[in-house]
Amino acid sequence: MGGQKKGGARVSEDAEEQSPQRLQAILLADSFATKFRPVTLERPKVLLPIVNVPMIGYTLAWLEYAGIEEVFVFCCAHAIQIIEYLEKSEWYSHPNLVVRTIESHKSISAGDALRYMYEQQAETSQIQGDFVLVSGDTVSNMPLADLIQEHRERKKKDEKAIMTMAIKQSKSSSLTHQSRLGTDQLFIAVDPLTKQLLHYEEDKIDHPRGSVCLDKSLLESNPSVLVSNDMQDCYIDICSPEVLSLFEDNFDYQHLRRHFVKGVLVDDIMGYKIFTHEIHSSYAARIDNFRSYDTVSKDIIQRWTYPYVPDINFSGNRPLKLGRQGIYRACDAVLSRSADVGASSVIGYGTKIGDGVKILNSVIGNGCSIGSNVVIEGSYIWNNVTIEDGCEIRNAIVCDGVKIRAGAVLEPGVVLSFNVVVGRDFVVPAYSKVSLLQQPTTEDSDEELEYADSSSGTADHLSGLNLQMESKASELGPDGAGYIWEVCEGAHDEEWKHSVAPIPKDKLAEITQAIDDDDTDDESVVPTSGELKSDADSINTDMNDPNDDYCYFEKEVEGTVLRAVEENIKVDLVTLEINGLRLSYNMESADCAGATFYSMMKLAVDTPHNSASELYKNAASIITKWKELLGFYVKKIDEQIEVIMKFEEMCQEPPKELGPLFTQILHLLYDKDVLQEDAILRWAEEKAGADETDKVYLKQCETFIQWLKEASEEEDEDDEDEEDDD
Amino acid sequence: MPDVQSMVAEFVNKLRKRKIEGSQATAKCTVELLRSVISHQRVPHANQAAALIDAVKAVGQQLVAANPVELAVGNVVRRVLHIIREEDLSLTTAAMAGLDLLDASDDDDIDNCKGIGYPAMSAAVVAAAARSTLRPPSLQTLLEGTPESATVPYTSSSGADSESKTADKSSLTRKLKHDVIEGVNQLIQEISGCHEQIAEQAIEHIHQNEVILTLGSSRTVLEFLCAAKEKKRSFRVFVAEGAPRYQGHLLAKELVARGLQTTVITDSAVFAMISRVNMVIIGAHAVMANGGVIGPVGVNMAALAAKKHAVPFVVLAGSHKLCPLYPHNPEVLLNELRSPSELLDFGEFSDCLDFGAGSGSLQVVNPTFDYVPPNLVSLFITDTGGHNPSYMYRLIADYYSADDLVM
Repeated sequence: MGGQKKGGARVSEDAEEQSPQRLQAILLADSFATKFRPVTLERPKVLLPIVNVPMIGYTLAWLEYAGIEEVFVFCCAHAIQIIEYLEKSEWYSHPNLVVRTIESHKSISAGDALRYMYEQQAETSQIQGDFVLVSGDTVSNMPLADLIQEHRERKKKDEKAIMTMAIKQSKSSSLTHQSRLGTDQLFIAVDPLTKQLLHYEEDKIDHPRGSVCLDKSLLESNPSVLVSNDMQDCYIDICSPEVLSLFEDNFDYQHLRRHFVKGVLVDDIMGYKIFTHEIHSSYAARIDNFRSYDTVSKDIIQRWTYPYVPDINFSGNRPLKLGRQGIYRACDAVLSRSADVGASSVIGYGTKIGDGVKILNSVIGNGCSIGSNVVIEGSYIWNNVTIEDGCEIRNAIVCDGVKIRAGAVLEPGVVLSFNVVVGRDFVVPAYSKVSLLQQPTTEDSDEELEYADSSSGTADHLSGLNLQMESKASELGPDGAGYIWEVCEGAHDEEWKHSVAPIPKDKLAEITQAIDDDDTDDESVVPTSGELKSDADSINTDMNDPNDDYCYFEKEVEGTVLRAVEENIKVDLVTLEINGLRLSYNMESADCAGATFYSMMKLAVDTPHNSASELYKNAASIITKWKELLGFYVKKIDEQIEVIMKFEEMCQEPPKELGPLFTQILHLLYDKDVLQEDAILRWAEEKAGADETDKVYLKQCETFIQWLKEASEEEDEDDEDEEDDD
Repeated sequence: MPDVQSMVAEFVNKLRKRKIEGSQATAKCTVELLRSVISHQRVPHANQAAALIDAVKAVGQQLVAANPVELAVGNVVRRVLHIIREEDLSLTTAAMAGLDLLDASDDDDIDNCKGIGYPAMSAAVVAAAARSTLRPPSLQTLLEGTPESATVPYTSSSGADSESKTADKSSLTRKLKHDVIEGVNQLIQEISGCHEQIAEQAIEHIHQNEVILTLGSSRTVLEFLCAAKEKKRSFRVFVAEGAPRYQGHLLAKELVARGLQTTVITDSAVFAMISRVNMVIIGAHAVMANGGVIGPVGVNMAALAAKKHAVPFVVLAGSHKLCPLYPHNPEVLLNELRSPSELLDFGEFSDCLDFGAGSGSLQVVNPTFDYVPPNLVSLFITDTGGHNPSYMYRLIADYYSADDLVM
């Protein structure tokens, strides 16, 4: 290893030399969301431990490592707790990183927070230049110096480049259309040369099958567009000061992505641009929900976040010792001889583990005591938790101070908030969230107010709690304490999506089933729009497959014609209906002609018949009856040719009943003035150059065409008259 | 001494975040830090050595805890402690010699000391004397033929004997610190000069038209090879690339820039190529007390291949890499697992990394170091010369005092 002296230190020093300004960052120590309720009622999200270190510890350690010199920690909910944490930890007295806290209780969204920063800015001008905008729940080890440099250089060239956002490849599940982190699938369109962001869309429920619409003008104004659905937004942005003023100008911007990014992309007047930066080797993820909590924890244990791993003291944590199979163990943890600690587990300081305990894929915090014969799988046990004998815990989150009495069972997806007591032999049902605090009844459904009731002080809640506890204790068994929160109606189905527990097998089977059903349903159900089934890793474009569309259209027309025949509806009405379909599918009138003719012939074939002549009679009667309808669409030669082609196609379809009748019906169409001889002759000309196999019907009606040719030579003038008559 | 505190904190922070890489850089930073710790440490009149030792130990423990994998930190801290002990001892003996001198001035040995002048009395001589009181003399001492006169009972407190001379004592107080800092400066020089010291010996080991194999990248190896090249030796170098960090590529680039014939091979091709190789030269991360070597991952494989084909396996190590601990010691952390992203791309494999729904899950292990047992090593080349693996413990006994092994 001798003299290899490359490494982060030198890189960041270089960056500092080049840039006169301090590197600054705004850290939003509030998620402005309710995904982590009920836990966040008592503790701010950024202080929740992930692999035994508060999330904000990871973020600050990374910012410091990346060479950031000053961080503004923006606190809203539970600001006091965050400040207390920062005071207790080394961060306030850090030699390289100045940490300043900004408190604001009025802000209810990221937009508000940035507006507040902007107002402060007017007085103090703290933000001197470009800054990094992250939230306090980011776990990353990416180097920022290069990214900031890139942003600055771009800014020098183009004043309008106000933001660079980091993205990372991460494939999402093809079944659930959900990323590893439990967020919705993300569609972005980027100019592959300049890396400018052109389109940003988080897949929502209204696009359940993964279709994406791009503005046509995008394709016009950019020579190439790269659309991808396997990117993950890291929520790490390098922003220029203009971003703050943009928030000030647009007082309705709340969400960083949903409002701000989309707003900038849509707004042509200001012409601001957002760019992307794809990171490859380093790690970045935001803990947005319980699923990402689970995923990121596992990534940390698998050391993707190196050097922010449990065996390194990066944020005042006591380093654990890494053993075989990725087991991190504190040196003073007491394990019974018969305890079986499986792969990828973490056991914190002062924890005691009894006989016959089985632990797998789990994180156990400091000062826990676990009785004998307990099974813990895929769970996150925080600090000072007591688990008595014989409990079973699978895929659950258990917060500080929880007591689980003997024999209790936590089913997958359970979240136990602080100091909850689970009664003896009680089975906590899957996906339930349990807290000592009652669920707020008057919930603001649309806005996400994590702290609405907590900023007034949790102390009040806690003091009144004991009374309530006694009365409602039975919710968790006779000797338990805590409320099981109701799941709001809308979110009920979504619960499994964002929970710590892996998606259950039956649920996956259900989705697979649903997709299969959809595929078969497509025959009968009218889709809302043309769409492309998205493979998880394929690159989508907005080009709809025209064949698919035509099929649907044809089905529709067929249905309409059938109904018209059955119910004997007037021709004008049917025309109106088909015209409507034509508009909604964006079809040519030639398509209408083809489809209408197709439906008519189909009808003829479907009508019971014994012989070819009977079939011809059926066809003749239908054509005679509905020639006006057909006539409406076959005014031009092209359309008539389309009809002939269609007819030819139909004849080849099994059962080839129509085949022998081709000439007869063609003649009939000519007789009934549906087709003109020009159309037939042109078709014949076109076909003359085709393969032998294609010429079957041309040969069949050779005599007819010959006759037509002769007739046309003689009756030139008459033809013209006929056309005028139409 | 708040500035020292903050310096220590900053260095600890750097070590923790793995910002400093490479044992030489770490060792140098550590010594420089310890030097300022010593110079800022206020020394009481009585028992000054103990005060210094405590101060250094306190800082040393923090540093070692910050990055237990970087063994050079612990080594250097122990070296500094050793220097303090030696200097203290030399002053004690000198003081006693001074007393003796007052009483009777015809002892040969004392004359010898006087000749040199006791302020400038070589620490090595006294150290050798001190060593003789603690343990059997080292081979080096025997060869150097230092007089073994100072067999006075060892006392660490210098005040006890010299109460009659208070003025002398205060000057001694300043002297100890001064001498220790002198000693530490020598150590710094030694560490920064170790490449040249080792490279000087290159000519004795590399012969005309030989083929040398190395793995990974090491400054020491680079200097060693270049020194041989400068002496007009012409030879080929095979560089195993050292996956997954591919530092071998960098080394190859440097070697070519300096005009050496270089071939890059994959790590897995080492066994295939070893039959053509005349010598394997490797830079070590650390050398343990039993003569085992900790080196970049893949080294053990190369050592086994060399053994199979009876190719000499030579390890270059500056003296700061000599670790007085044994690898079986549970305190010693031999390896570090780095981020799997060095092996494979997170994005490409992100769908296999989910523990959730899928049946299997992908785990990636990326160890940094490899351990080569002493029986596979043919020769160690340190700045003091070439040594057998079995001689390592003797060398270590010269550099470290037994009291400091456990800090």
